[in-house]
Amino acid sequence: MAHGLLEPIFDGEKTRNARTVLRVIILLTIAAAAVSSRLFSVIRFESIIHEFDPWFNFRATKYLVQNGFYSFWDWFDDRTWHPLGRVTGGTLYPGLMVTSGIIYHLLRFLTFPVDIRNICVLLAPGFSGLTALATYLFTAEMTPSPSAGLLAAAFMGITPGYISRSVAGSYDNEAIAIFLLVFTFYLWIKSLKDGSVMWGALTALFYGYMVSAWGGYVFITNLLPLHAFVLICMGRFSPRLYVSYTTWYALGTLASMQIPFVGFLPVRSSEHMAALGVFGLLQIVAFVEFIRQELPSKQFQTLLRSLVLLIFLVSLAGLVMLTLSGVIAPWTGRFYSLWDTGYAKIHIPIIASVSEHQPTAWPAFFFDLNLLIWLFPAGIYLCFQTLRDEHVFIVIYAVLASYFAGVMVRLMLTLTPIVCVAAAMAISQILDIYLVADKPTQAEVPKESTESSKATAFLPEQLRSTRRQFVGIYSFASKFSITGSIIVYLLIFVAHCTWVTSNAYSSPSVVLASRLPDGSQHIIDDYREAYYWLRQNTPDNAKIMSWWDYGYQIGGMADRPTLVDNNTWNNTHIATVGKAMSSREEVSYPIMRQHEVDYVLVVFGGLLGYSGDDINKFLWMVRIAEGIWPDEVRERDFFTARGEYRVDDEATPAMKNSLMYKMSYYNYNSLFPAGQAQDRVRGVRLPAEGPQLSTIEEAFTSENWIIRIYKVKDLDNFGRDHASAVAFDKGHKKKRSAKRRGPRVLRTE
Amino acid sequence: MAPRTRSSVTPSKSAGTVPTTSTEPSTSALQSTNLKHASSAADIVNGAWSNYLAHTPQRVKLLDAFLAFLVGVGALQFVYCVIVGNYPFNAFLSGFSATVGQFVLTASLRMQTNLQNVEEFKTISNERAFADFVFGSLLLHFFCVNFIN
Repeated sequence: MAHGLLEPIFDGEKTRNARTVLRVIILLTIAAAAVSSRLFSVIRFESIIHEFDPWFNFRATKYLVQNGFYSFWDWFDDRTWHPLGRVTGGTLYPGLMVTSGIIYHLLRFLTFPVDIRNICVLLAPGFSGLTALATYLFTAEMTPSPSAGLLAAAFMGITPGYISRSVAGSYDNEAIAIFLLVFTFYLWIKSLKDGSVMWGALTALFYGYMVSAWGGYVFITNLLPLHAFVLICMGRFSPRLYVSYTTWYALGTLASMQIPFVGFLPVRSSEHMAALGVFGLLQIVAFVEFIRQELPSKQFQTLLRSLVLLIFLVSLAGLVMLTLSGVIAPWTGRFYSLWDTGYAKIHIPIIASVSEHQPTAWPAFFFDLNLLIWLFPAGIYLCFQTLRDEHVFIVIYAVLASYFAGVMVRLMLTLTPIVCVAAAMAISQILDIYLVADKPTQAEVPKESTESSKATAFLPEQLRSTRRQFVGIYSFASKFSITGSIIVYLLIFVAHCTWVTSNAYSSPSVVLASRLPDGSQHIIDDYREAYYWLRQNTPDNAKIMSWWDYGYQIGGMADRPTLVDNNTWNNTHIATVGKAMSSREEVSYPIMRQHEVDYVLVVFGGLLGYSGDDINKFLWMVRIAEGIWPDEVRERDFFTARGEYRVDDEATPAMKNSLMYKMSYYNYNSLFPAGQAQDRVRGVRLPAEGPQLSTIEEAFTSENWIIRIYKVKDLDNFGRDHASAVAFDKGHKKKRSAKRRGPRVLRTE
Repeated sequence: MAPRTRSSVTPSKSAGTVPTTSTEPSTSALQSTNLKHASSAADIVNGAWSNYLAHTPQRVKLLDAFLAFLVGVGALQFVYCVIVGNYPFNAFLSGFSATVGQFVLTASLRMQTNLQNVEEFKTISNERAFADFVFGSLLLHFFCVNFIN
């Protein structure tokens, strides 16, 4: 678009070096902004791992750097899922750990002995800089505009939709996966444009890396075939498509099968069948094209075309048959719930129980993407205007990712790259037009005047546009106002992103921060207090039972074996814990004995008003337990007659007698004047008489009562049951007044 | 295999070493006349076959023979798998996908070096195509050998 005055700056040969330097400087600045905007939590709090999942990744990484790669690869972890253990090497995506392990050894080799924790904490910001770079490359493939790539990189660097999963300390798979996603797409577009085996093989390599890093690789596995399929349907089959797709598929599938967790899935499960089907279809189409060029007969060509259709339909029917007969595994619940959005809630409560798996509300889109979300459709529209092969990719990606992001909150992450790219294309289009300051010069006037004179023949003289030589917006004022408003929007975007990152996404959930009235910060550090108590005051192999949310943190910080953790691979085992938590003591004590539980840990936010505690999660425990033992645990029992979920005087007997209720509110009354005990989360006054525990005893309660740890008692020495033993200790002797003996029973021993 | 390649492997630059740099218009005219009047399916196949023999350069025929060999090996493995069972499934998969992968890589090389497709592959010379082929094949064999255990 640049011509006239600016031509030497934008297009001239002389300034090419200057432009390159400028571009490098801009990209470096963007990378620096991307890294530094993610450091709020490190600067405010400290350099620690944040959420739940990263604690396992961190623990695995530590294992990797201590024991080497091979023992990491077949690591049997006997400190999780206590009686069962976990074959960790075969049930995790090793890409993240291996990446930080490589960085660790590289830095040591360069004589920078950096602690592995700091590498893990800062891995996500580092890779976000690379993501910005990959977005630049990807967008630069899409449009010739010089600014689109840089804009897209800038958007990708600071947009909160991506920052939310990649702040410093968020050592999760997404930290490197989004970089790999965007870079794989870049390589795919590159290979499709050139039709080169090398780029196709590189696509496959990075696809393999992506498979090793994140379960979301299925998105790529289905997006690339869809792109190829749509291209074929549009009649855009070309040898380039054949070369790039078949190279990617043949190498990428083999690469993905090297990961033990994936194994034979690419040939056995429904999620990967689209790729295989399009691979087969491409062979047929290529062969038919090959013959078609040589045989000019019209009828023969129709015959061939119908042959392709026939084979396609037959193989589709074969696929359906294989799926129905069970040779090919059907969609797993996690993916199936994306299509049937009510499925998870009915059949697999454990999927529905995760807050990230809920549908997205509208404000979330504006909150995470600000102005990008309304430029995004405009960018897609622009793609339709020059619909080349790679623009088809953008359109498909946009449609699919928008749908998925609407279904599930956490999939906003896969939408973000394409939103950035499309919005950058829209803005760069505007800027390309309105940033050119010159008017059409006099030389162009005669040419245009002939056209306008033609127009004046039909149109009345009064219209200004017919009297003028050329039509368009050429005044400086209008151009300035357009570009000025765009720039203002961009500045607002930066401010918004910084604000959102600072306020919403930079809190380590391990440490709870609150403000005192004078504005100073008050840190609530109960989690670590309790975990370190466990670490220092319990035997090394004391088994901890808690709800699965805290499994990874206990494993990571307390370094004790747990029964269940965040890797929810065994639903029955989780339901066992749920049953133990939601049953009466007489029922749960045998369960805990059978599983050799030494300590039970509950999270209780009633004193502090911390709403993510176990009483609020309790219904999910009940539901998950009910799924396995519908006769013994019933959700209905935990609601009052009017269908309310209460913890106060009117709580149901099942609620009051459940282990979770008792553990949460044990001794809680003692903090308050008599009868004044108050639960600040539920906002209710508790019954005057607190619950009594007989089979477990309080071992530790953290400063703000957030974490309470109970020790499971041993069997009674005299063989009594615990309830009567406790009653005896309290002085309630057995009433013997009536001297009545129970019905005689035969002693068999 | 139908006579698609009326061309040499290497384009005009290094054409000195290659025996046939066939002239495009005459051949296409020739086979169109041949095949337009073909009535039965057998005639079409025969005509196409003779065209292929007559107008395919030696290198492309070599590639085609290799492709046919790969198809044979792949089919043999598949039949063996169907008869005997797929117990070491990874071994079957790596062997079978080695043939499939090598097939598509070779077919890609054949497409890239085809003179008809010069417009499609502007950035890829024949030497580059061959180097890419080698790179892809090495990668493929690394993965296969790794996967077969």
